[in-house]
Amino acid sequence: MELHINGEKRRFSQSETINVSDLLDALAVEQRRGLAVAINERVIPKSRWSEFLVNDGDAVEIIRATQGG
Amino acid sequence: MSEDQLRVGPYSFSSRLLVGTARYPNYQVMLEAIEQSGAELVTVAIRRLDLAASKESGVLELLAGRYTLLPNTAGCYTARDAVLTAQLAREALETDLIKLEVIADDQTLLPDSEELLVAARELVADGFVVMAYANDDPVLCRKLQDVGCAAVMPLGSPIGSGMGIRNPYNFQIIRELLEVPMLLDAGVGTASDAVLAMELGCDGVLLNTAISGAKKPVQMAQAFRLAVESGRAAWQAGRIPRRLYADPSSPSAGLIKSRGQ
Repeated sequence: MELHINGEKRRFSQSETINVSDLLDALAVEQRRGLAVAINERVIPKSRWSEFLVNDGDAVEIIRATQGG
Repeated sequence: MSEDQLRVGPYSFSSRLLVGTARYPNYQVMLEAIEQSGAELVTVAIRRLDLAASKESGVLELLAGRYTLLPNTAGCYTARDAVLTAQLAREALETDLIKLEVIADDQTLLPDSEELLVAARELVADGFVVMAYANDDPVLCRKLQDVGCAAVMPLGSPIGSGMGIRNPYNFQIIRELLEVPMLLDAGVGTASDAVLAMELGCDGVLLNTAISGAKKPVQMAQAFRLAVESGRAAWQAGRIPRRLYADPSSPSAGLIKSRGQ
């Protein structure tokens, strides 16, 4: 499966679709407080991370707050 | 003075100074400066997670619970990107507050008025409390109010320029047009710029680099706290009118005249 994550192509060994939580596990994202995820420009609420499926070719944005003015 | 609150949509704040969190020498200076500024609302940016450094907890851990976070859409050039960034910020930070920025280009960082209005309309419809970073254009500022922005924030001069308020007369006009809070955002160089903004009737001042880039950020933060309080008090007290010729302050009756004059 190939995904576009934060603007970069990434290949995953899983051939089947996976959910957002599994994807974050696969990316070794440990600190999840203050994160938000959008798939194909739609925000996926945290409450749906364990059920929402990511498909081959999807554009994934994973963001967090940082210093800004 | 505790009754004199800044009201933005459903939110109230005692402090009328809003500060950014960027470009400090380090976290310790940032936290000390924010503390000394007295700010309750602090801005943060929304950026892609660095997947190579995904264990970092970032700035959120330092600020959450102590301050009300105001995420921005800095770096967005289109309404579409700004709306998505705002929606991500709402999910990440659990807030409906958004500092809406839609800029036209990298060199001036000036707002793109058309895209800004489109984004503002969409975000208001989506339930956001929108604080819009705008040009110092009275017509644009009024339109932003009309589409439902909770606050309108005209720039004094370009972001990071430190040039102060280049067109105070526009600020006077904007003040008369707006019923929602008007905040100076961008261009602040030093404390007197903040005093002037408040004396022109701004409800608050938002700044970042003027504090973080000062030689002594913590001391500058204190200076801005005093400046905003001072300017607010002067605005409320009402300044005297300007006049071309002198008007003596001492009585003109009972003057002493020597003989021979």
